[in-house]
Amino acid sequence: MIVQAILFYIFAAVAIASGVLVVSARNPVHSVLFLILAFFSSAALFILIGAEFLAMILVIVYVGAVAVLFLFVVMMLDIDFVQLRSGFMRYLPVGALIGLLLMAELIFVVVSWVVAPAALKGLAARPLGGGVVNTRALGDVLYTRYFFAFEAAGLILLVAMIGAIVLTLRQRAGVRRQKIAAQLARARRETVEIVKVPLGQGGE
Amino acid sequence: MALAVVFLPLFAAIVAGLFGRAIGDRGAQIVTCGAVALSAALAIALFFTQILFAHTPQVVEIAPWIDSGGVHVDWALRLDTLSGVMLVTVSTVSATIHVYSIGYMAEDRSIPRFMAYLSWFTFFMLVLVTADNFVQLFFGWEGVGLLSYLLIGFWYDRASADAAAIKAFIVNRIGDFGFALGIFSVFLIFGSLDFDTVFAKAPMMVGTSMHFLGWQVSSLTLACILLFVGAMGKSAQIGLHTWLPDAMEGPTPVSALIHAATMVTAGVFMVARLSPLFEYAPDALALVGVVGGTTAIFAASIGMAQNDIKRVIAYSTCSQLGYMFFGAAVSAYSAAMFHLFTHAFFKALLFLASGSVIHALSGEQDMRRMGGLWRKIPVTYAVMWIGSLSLAGIPPFSGYYSKDTILAAAWASGTAVGRYAFCLGTLAAFMTAFYSWRLLFMTFHGKPRADAETMHHAHESPWVMLIPLLVLALGALAAGYFTEPYFVGAQRTHFWDGSIFDLHHPLARLESGPAIIGFLPLIFALGGIAVAYWAYILDPDLPARFALRFRALYLFVLNKWYFDELYDRLFVRSAFALGYDLWRWGDGAVIDGLGPDGIAATARELAHEASRLQTGYVYHYAFVMLIGLAGFVTWLLFPR
Amino acid sequence: MQIGLAHYLTVAAILFTLGIFGIFLNRKNVIIILMSIELMLLAVNINFVAFSAFLNDLTGQAFAMFVLTVAAAEAAIGLAILVVYFRNRGTIRVEDINMMKG
Repeated sequence: MIVQAILFYIFAAVAIASGVLVVSARNPVHSVLFLILAFFSSAALFILIGAEFLAMILVIVYVGAVAVLFLFVVMMLDIDFVQLRSGFMRYLPVGALIGLLLMAELIFVVVSWVVAPAALKGLAARPLGGGVVNTRALGDVLYTRYFFAFEAAGLILLVAMIGAIVLTLRQRAGVRRQKIAAQLARARRETVEIVKVPLGQGGE
Repeated sequence: MALAVVFLPLFAAIVAGLFGRAIGDRGAQIVTCGAVALSAALAIALFFTQILFAHTPQVVEIAPWIDSGGVHVDWALRLDTLSGVMLVTVSTVSATIHVYSIGYMAEDRSIPRFMAYLSWFTFFMLVLVTADNFVQLFFGWEGVGLLSYLLIGFWYDRASADAAAIKAFIVNRIGDFGFALGIFSVFLIFGSLDFDTVFAKAPMMVGTSMHFLGWQVSSLTLACILLFVGAMGKSAQIGLHTWLPDAMEGPTPVSALIHAATMVTAGVFMVARLSPLFEYAPDALALVGVVGGTTAIFAASIGMAQNDIKRVIAYSTCSQLGYMFFGAAVSAYSAAMFHLFTHAFFKALLFLASGSVIHALSGEQDMRRMGGLWRKIPVTYAVMWIGSLSLAGIPPFSGYYSKDTILAAAWASGTAVGRYAFCLGTLAAFMTAFYSWRLLFMTFHGKPRADAETMHHAHESPWVMLIPLLVLALGALAAGYFTEPYFVGAQRTHFWDGSIFDLHHPLARLESGPAIIGFLPLIFALGGIAVAYWAYILDPDLPARFALRFRALYLFVLNKWYFDELYDRLFVRSAFALGYDLWRWGDGAVIDGLGPDGIAATARELAHEASRLQTGYVYHYAFVMLIGLAGFVTWLLFPR
Repeated sequence: MQIGLAHYLTVAAILFTLGIFGIFLNRKNVIIILMSIELMLLAVNINFVAFSAFLNDLTGQAFAMFVLTVAAAEAAIGLAILVVYFRNRGTIRVEDINMMKG
């Protein structure tokens, strides 16, 4: 138990620190890297809790795809280092106040809440632990009860893909592309010409 | 038939006014002249068959009008000798002027409008003279005032005409205010606005008094004075006379009809009609006499120095109205009406003849640029002589009978006011003759002072203009001699038959004064003619020398006794200043500022301020959302 | 001590607030905003998974998967928009993006 507690605190601290540094790092590449660190720490937290499938998915999708995408864009857009401007200070008092207020409320709720007995009735599927692997348990639930949501998620991904392509695709002048249809529609008579060439003279 | 007399001109006015474009100029002229001529013929027929020597007054009910509280007023036509005389006069003179206008306004752009206005005016005047109650009288009164405005400003693209029209309307309005107050006091005193009721009750109200502006005044005197104020405005007596000369901006037929023969005489008619009231208010009558006498001489003095041919005749009208008023003031209402009747003919004649002169000289109105015309326009010259002789009161022309009767009655009344009026009136007779012959000599005699081009074009007017002149000349010649017995002579009581009321029977004592009194006006008139002859034919430089010698007096008279300047300084400037200030500050700053402009400006300001919330930075928006969210959660957290 | 639900939720709350701060306290560029959004979604995921574990209900984890999916899609589109914006405007500095200014 102690090990768990210590590990929890370590990973939690790392996650929070990374979060702070994401926002306040000067170099945007550093920001992305700290974001990746935050993801990793959260994945570790998930494993601690027993949701190892989700932890791995977090690493694969978030870190492997989303964060890399961020990195691509940061590199591509050639963003400058930025000095921390004085404007930061303008919002800090009000912002800090609001933030603290929110955090206080959240923690207040967390600490003093009570679970309604009725809510426990609607629980789904198998509990964690037991003899079933987390992945399999998740699969059991996902493809049966939440099948529609699963399909919809797939659709969302499709739309996002198409959207991203549509937004950023541009035709550049001067780039020569293959026109496959034209190539296939080529007829012999446009291509080949039989010429009788006498010996010693060339073609034209 | 009475209905036809009164309503035919209205019908013609509606047709010509609304459908003028459809029926064309000629159509409008035919409709209006035909209607008014028919109305005139019917009026004469009506007069001789139904009114004269019949049982009067007859009342022709038309329709109920107001019946509210104590006020009960109906539309009705009152037919008695007084209204009958006026009906004949108004419709006949109006008919001749309609015909004259066909020629005079032949080249105008808006003939249907003009003819419609003339007929409409005739209608209102006829309603006025046949009114059976105060309210209908006032309706006609206001109506002729309106038409006066419309006709003076007929050529509305001339700024001077517009100003003159407004001046006429406003000065009239001041008089009408007094008139309205008079009607209110009549209602207060008698409880009714019907003539018959009021006349019947008048003797009973003699000693009563009422409260007015803090004083106790005799009620009948107050009512009559207020009513007379209205007459002062309408008939251009001294004080409210300033509009009449400027009214000459209108076309000459308008001046002839409205400002000579009919509208301005409405005041005299009103006093005569209300004679049962005025007889019981001797103080009011005294005021009428003083005002009338003063006006007679005041206007005549100005007329002597004017250079515009129409203005001379306008001041002459003003002066003659003064005569009529002081005739009424000595209770000789019949003499006043007699003079009104003859004056209508010769004054309209003079105006139309002057119109003929203006027409001949292609629009020239200044007498200093006329002269030497008598051979070129002989008919006009002849009728001008007839009119002037009648105006000056030379027998046997009509003016002699009426004017002399008034003056004799004034003397014979024996009162201070009467004697005062007689002196002024006789002096004014001298001036009248002087300015009339000054006009004649300057216009028709001597060397031509117009340029050669104008003189070459000078021609007699067409027959359509000459025939009305001749008709009116006939009236000016003969009307006096033949009608004298009926108006003021032996047959008068039978003639008037109660439509005029007098307590003192002034005309009965006419023969009792010294013989010289009867001849004095004639002597003065002949003297005036002689002086005019001397000053304008024998010794043409005399007027200039005289003006130079008595420069201040000359300027005083030439500038109309500086009344216009006085009024301008007293009333007009302060009214304009007040209006301007109210417009700038009251309307502009306060009302517009609080109202549309202010609201619009405030809306714009608020919108501008509000738009500053839209900074364009998304994170600002997110921030605000967050604040809202925090507030909302905080609110939810607290138990209610 | 026993690590309970409250601990995980607290961590999630802190990460969430950090994400919110990142949105409007950053004066640098728009990518920080997108990364802050990812942080917020991560915090939400932690929340879901924590509840799922302590309530013995897999719904939380299933939903966390969907959140993950949507987050990935949204990140992709957001970055695409950013790229196109950069192509048109030449900058992604936060102060320069105020075309919606009223």
